Formats: sequence, structure tokens, C-alpha cells
Amino acid sequence: MHNSSVATANHEVHDNPALLHHFATAEQQKDAASLGMWLFLVTEVMFFGGMFCAYLVYRYKYFGDFGSASQQLSIKLGAINTAVLICSSLTVVLAVRAAQLGKRTVLVFWLLATIVLGLVFLGIKADEYAEKFEKHHVPGPSFHYHELLPGQAGLPPADRRYANPSHAEMYFSLYFAMTGMHALHMIIGVGLFSFLTYFAWRGKYTPGYYTPIENAGLYWHFVDIVWIYLFPLLYLIDRHR
Amino acid sequence: MATAVVETGERETYLNREYGIKSWLLTVDHKRIALLYLIGITFFFFVGGFFALLVRLELLTPAGDLVQADTYNKLFTMHGQVMVFFFLIPAIPAVLGNFLIPIMIGAKDLAFPRINLLSWYLYIIGGCLMAYTILAGGVDTGWTFYTPLSTEFLKTNVITAALAVFVSGFSSIFTGLNFIVTIHRMRAPGMTWNRLPLFVWAHYATSIIQVLGTPVVAIAIVLVALERLFHLGIFNPALGGDPLLFQHLFWFYSHPAVYIMILPGMGIVSEIVCCFSRKRVFGYQAMAMAVLGIAVVGFLVWAHHMFVAGISVYAALIFSLLSYFVAVPSAIKVFNWTATMYKGSITYQTPMIYAFGFIGLFTIGGLTGLFLACLGVDVHVTDTYFVVAHFHYIMVGGTIMAYMGGMHFWWPKISGKLYPEFWGKLSAMIVFIGFNLTFFPQFILGYMGMPRRYWDYSKAPEFQILNVLSTAGASVLAVGYLMPMIYFLWSMRYGKPAPDNPWNAAGLEWMIPSPPSTFNFDEQPVVTWEAYNYDEIKEEVPVAQ
Amino acid sequence: MKEAMSDHNSSSEHVSSIGSSVAIWLALLVGTALTVGAAYVDLGPFNVVVALAIASIKATLVVLFFMHVKYTHEKLTKMVIATAIFFFLILLALSMADYGTRLWT
Repeated sequence: MHNSSVATANHEVHDNPALLHHFATAEQQKDAASLGMWLFLVTEVMFFGGMFCAYLVYRYKYFGDFGSASQQLSIKLGAINTAVLICSSLTVVLAVRAAQLGKRTVLVFWLLATIVLGLVFLGIKADEYAEKFEKHHVPGPSFHYHELLPGQAGLPPADRRYANPSHAEMYFSLYFAMTGMHALHMIIGVGLFSFLTYFAWRGKYTPGYYTPIENAGLYWHFVDIVWIYLFPLLYLIDRHR
Repeated sequence: MATAVVETGERETYLNREYGIKSWLLTVDHKRIALLYLIGITFFFFVGGFFALLVRLELLTPAGDLVQADTYNKLFTMHGQVMVFFFLIPAIPAVLGNFLIPIMIGAKDLAFPRINLLSWYLYIIGGCLMAYTILAGGVDTGWTFYTPLSTEFLKTNVITAALAVFVSGFSSIFTGLNFIVTIHRMRAPGMTWNRLPLFVWAHYATSIIQVLGTPVVAIAIVLVALERLFHLGIFNPALGGDPLLFQHLFWFYSHPAVYIMILPGMGIVSEIVCCFSRKRVFGYQAMAMAVLGIAVVGFLVWAHHMFVAGISVYAALIFSLLSYFVAVPSAIKVFNWTATMYKGSITYQTPMIYAFGFIGLFTIGGLTGLFLACLGVDVHVTDTYFVVAHFHYIMVGGTIMAYMGGMHFWWPKISGKLYPEFWGKLSAMIVFIGFNLTFFPQFILGYMGMPRRYWDYSKAPEFQILNVLSTAGASVLAVGYLMPMIYFLWSMRYGKPAPDNPWNAAGLEWMIPSPPSTFNFDEQPVVTWEAYNYDEIKEEVPVAQ
Repeated sequence: MKEAMSDHNSSSEHVSSIGSSVAIWLALLVGTALTVGAAYVDLGPFNVVVALAIASIKATLVVLFFMHVKYTHEKLTKMVIATAIFFFLILLALSMADYGTRLWT
């Protein structure tokens, strides 16, 4: 009943060279890869979620001081970066579409556009970080903070209240942790897309097999969504005062 | 493709298909990866056990006379970290789960075989980091890494320990992710959800916990490392930080983590109890829903580890109530195993002895958990040996018993050899006796007020007699664990060859040869029968082994 | 050049049209502008509600359209997303059950 030959009796020759041997059909493989990527994004939601929880707790406790610290960030740069990421999500969608339609050069173009936009984002972020270093708003021994609470500027100088520098340092700890982790994920994304661009240029992706593009796209959109929440939470506290 | 070395007449199996270290270190066969994990977790079990031995030696006498206080802190920390992260969390899923899940569902491999291998390498890298931490002098935060001790005041190797846990956490995440996709997408035709073995259901629930919970402890320890390295002040009281925030993030994972440790064991017990009672499980749907219920409700109870830490009393009330709820699905499982055995034809092979041990000891451990969920009791016994006894009843009396039972049950399938049944039974009895001698006195000690993590109890010398009993028990337990190591290894060379189905058990894994061939099945099976169809299997369990 | 909403490629996966993608992109940019604008209006405690609401709408657009969840045949994807959101909210809600009630007498 058990033959002594190598147990490949049920391995048919597949037309699709991308089909791995343990899957029965290409569709099963694609569905598995897609589910795998979504589950990975679940882990990312919970990973960033821990930091959002920390942020929620401290913003609740130190709302005024957080408002003061938030005003030290540049809304202009934050909004530009948000727009940059939104554009990069569009380029990703167009890249996936190009892969689905088998248009190799268009695919490579949109992948490169995504990378460029990602690098623009990182460049602006680096500029913002540099400014924080100059103003001594980086947590640690060199931290120094002497700013008013929101809405104090209109009061006579003797009555103005200043933000608690310790709580401001807490804000900046969260700022650097959250945007730093986000930036790290952007860097990984740019790296991923660089690999994809190379393989796309080599013609690896066809309408029958473009799973890596689609799944990398899911990752990129997720990183965009994290920023969609980070921007208002970090940059736009109490701005009306 | 590498050439298969198959001697004339010898059947090709996953073990003899290729030889050489490269064929093992670069394998993507889930069965070989399971064995790679087996080596790793067995090694770390002995490392963790070694630290336990030193702890128990120190506690033989009331005075702190074996080691310094700081050293003692390192001993119990390393015991905890190694045992939790490098033995208990991976053991059953990565060894038995990896080996059996594809076979049980009728698949050729897991959904992502290369990620499976990556999981093992991450485990090994994490293990090397932990080994480095130990050799560099250890860490003394307790396995719980509480701030601000871990962020502000310690000079020991907190960051390398945190990194070790972080890396091995990703091993756990990828294993869970792999299992979920496999169970959803790779089931053979006819293998519906309602026909899955409860072992598979249990690992499915476990995997959900791994995917949802592990990232939160990952970010918690990343933040600890960032605080140490870059002075981010997120848990720093001087900046207005709350040390309890770390505890919230830590326990959000670490409570569900205990369900990662127990659920796979429950899956094993279901398989064993049905086989050795020759009966279908009582209440299949309830058993499947119960493991999912444990997984979900297990995420709602974490702050019961923080009742005396300074949380608000209103939060404590909520978490206490929720903790009572989580006991319900566990109790359902105990009732259903009992009902399965009722009017069954019970035989007492080694796996069944371990299963009986599990059911009894898990029940005691679980009940004492309910005592701890009661706020009034918890205030009295928290941070005493009562808690230590509670969780060892579950993790050792529960998980390790189930693990040993599972290893004996499936050993013939994995190795193609039979272990010696007499020595198996004897070891099981020694483990049971040693376990109770070690940990039952600790319930009494805790109730009498002996604190945990104390290296010196000379102010209360009346605690000594119970501590001596506990240490004696630990020695007996150690013997009980060493014996299977010896006879399993012995059986690989000298054991009788195992038939396909030495237990006449139900399940796809018993319909293929022992050991299996590399791709598990010659042809894709089509399942037309329900799980645990013991009413259709006429043969009894063979008695003489 | 307008293309139909539901192009089909050989594997019958939904292919996004350029028109719909651009429309979503514009909606996201409008949302960003709205968020910034609303930040300068004093809505009291509702500032953060409005900001999070707009962010959530933007995130929903990205998930449904850019990540193709609206067009997937797979119900499991939606369950997975719902599960992630649920447990994330549990983390926040039960943590705040502690922090929000600490000062209660």
C-alpha cells in the first residue's frame, strides 16, 4: 500500500511557475497570502495600539500641557506630509491596477512614484526632527521647555501660566516614539517597494501573479492610516486658542 | 532538488528523505521544523529547570545563605523568563501543533512553510539573546519587567533580555499567523469546521491570542528599552509618567499568554481522553466554542494582576467580575471531559495517566484562580506563594502534563518507534507525586503569609518545613522529567517499530504511516466522517506495548 | 478616458478604475483640509470628536476602496478587520476604566 518511491504521486506539472507545491490552486495560494498579510496588519494595529493607549492616558491626564507642546509642531509640515502620504496611497492603487492589467512600465512608474513620495515624507520628517533638536525639545538630559499654556498669550504677562515642562517632555516622548515607529515602518515600506520595483522591471509580475504588489500595497495603506490618526492627535490639539 | 537517499526496500519518510545538517537547517517541512523546535524547547526547559533548582535550594533554609539577594532576584527572573517565553509559550504549538495540524486537516504542509522556518530561526535568535543575557550576568527585574525598576534603577542586562523576548515574540506571532491561515485555507475536501479535531480548534484559538496579544507586550518592552536608551519618559514618575501604564500594556498580553500556554494542552487532552475512553467527545460544539470563549474573554481580565498595584477600586471590581466569567468555559471543558469518560471503556496507558493528572491538577489550579479573582482574598494572598502555587498548578500540572501526555501519545507517529510503556507509566506517576509534593505546600505557605520573590524568610522560620517538602518534591519531579528524556532517546534506536495506528485512534494522522512521508499523504484525503468516530472503530486499544 | 467601474482581469479580481481612485484621493485631501480647518474652530470638547471622526472616515475610505475590502468576495477579511478594531478598543476602554475612575471618591 505504501510505495517506496518519493511521495510525489500527486504533484502535477503546473502551468503557473509561481504556484507553490503545497497549494492545490493559484487562487488558494493567493487567498492564503492575502489572509496572511491581513493578519500581519492586525498585529501592527495592536503594536501601534499600545502607543495610542499610552497617548490616550497621558493626553487625558495632562491635556493643557499636551496642547502647549502640540503647538510647537508645524501644522504646515504635518499637513503637507499627510497630503504626501495620501498621494502615495493613490500611486500604490494605480500600481496594483497596472499589475492587474499587465502593464509593466506603468507598474514600474507608479512603484517608483510611491518610493519617491515616501522619501519626501521621510525628508520632511527629518527636517521636523532637526528643528526639535535645535529647540531642545528632545527628551533626555538636554530637554528644556518654557512655553505658555494654550490661550495664555492674551493675558497680562504677570497672569500667564506656563506649561509643566515635565508633562511637555512626556508629550515629546510619545511624539518621538510614535512618529519614530511610524517612520521606521515607512523606511521598511520604501525598502520593500524598492525590491518590488526591481522585480517588476524584470517582468516577474503578471495579471496571473501580482500578489506581492497587492500585499505590499496593503502594508503601505496601513502605514498611511496610522499617519491619518497621528496627524490630528499630535498636531492639532487645542489649536483654536 | 536534493537527491533522496532511500535504501532498497526502506520506505521513504520525512526523516530519511535527506541527510545532513543543511537538509535540517534549511528544511521547510513542518515535521522537521517541529523536531528542530523540540530540541530548542527541551534545552531551555533544562535551563529554566536549573534556575528553579537553585531557587529551591536557597529556600531550604530560612536564612539567605546560598546566594546574595541580588543573585536570587536574577535566579527567579531567569527561571520565569526562560520557562515562559522559551518553553511554555512555544512548546505545544511549535512542536506538536507544527507536526500535527497539517496532517490532521489533510494538507501537505502549513500555508507558509518558509515563514515556519523563519519562526524557528527567530526563536533561536531570541534564545541566543537570552543565553547571552544569562552569561552576561542575568537580569533581576522579575519576569514581569516592571517599571520604574527596569527603566530607571537597574544596571543589569534589561535591554538584551527585552530584545530576547521581543524577537521570540515574533516567532510566536508568525506561528499563530501560519496556523490561522492554514486552518482557514488548507483543509482537505470534506474536512469542515465541525469535523476538525479539538486539537486543531484549540490551536486556532491559541493562534488568535498570539496574533492579537503579543504585539502589545512587544511595544511595552520596546518602550522600556527606549526609555533606558534614549531617556523617553513614558513610564517615568518624575515626568508624570505612570508605572501602572507599563503594567496595563504588559498584562494585556501576559494574561492571554497564560491561555496560549493552556489551550493547546486542552486540545491534547481532548484527543487522549476520547481515544482511551473509546468514545466521541461529549458536547463537541460546546468544546469548540469554549476554547474560542476562553480566548476572547481572556483578553478582558488582565488587571486582576494589578489589584493591589494602585488601580482604581472601580476598575478592580470590573476586572474581578470579568475574571469570574473566564472560568466558565474552562469549567465546561472539565465537565465535558468527565462526561466523555462516563461509560467509556477506559484504559490507562501513559498518555491517559497524564490526561487524568491534567484534569485534576488543572481543576485545582483553576479553582484557586477563582479565589484570587475575589478582591478580598487577593488582597491577602497576592504576591505570596499562594499565587505561585496557583500558576504552577496550571502551567506545570496543566500544560506540562498535557505536553508529556501528547508527546507519549504521538511519539510513535513522530519517531516510528514505541516508547517502553512500563517506564512511561512509572515516570507519569513520579511526575504526579513530585509535582504535588512540590506545589501543594506552597498553597499553605502562601496562605500563611510567605511572600514570593523573597530569598530570606528567617523572620518566619516556621515556614521551613513546608519549604523543605517543596524542595524535596522538586527533586522527585526532576527525576520524573529526566526519565522520558532517556527512554525516548533510547527508543529511537532500540524501540519496537510502531504500526500506523498503535492506539487504534481516530484522526487522519493515524491513517498514514509512522513516521509519515514528507508530503504526508499519497493522495489528498476526502473526509466523510465526523471527528472521534470511535463508534465506527471496532478495535480496542492494544494493551501490551 | 473613463473606464468601467468593474474591470475584470483574467483572475476576476476587481480592478480599480482610475476615476474612482482619483475620486477617493480627492476626498481624502478634502478631509485633511477639513481637519485642519476644524482645529481652528472652538468646539470645546468636540474638537477631538470631530478630528477623530474625520480621521475615521478617511481611514474607512482607504480600507474599503484603496485596500479593496468593498469589492472582496472574502467575508473573512471583514471579520479580521472588525476583530482588530474590537480588541484595540478593549485595550483603550478597559485601561481608561482604571484611569478615568482613579479620582472618584
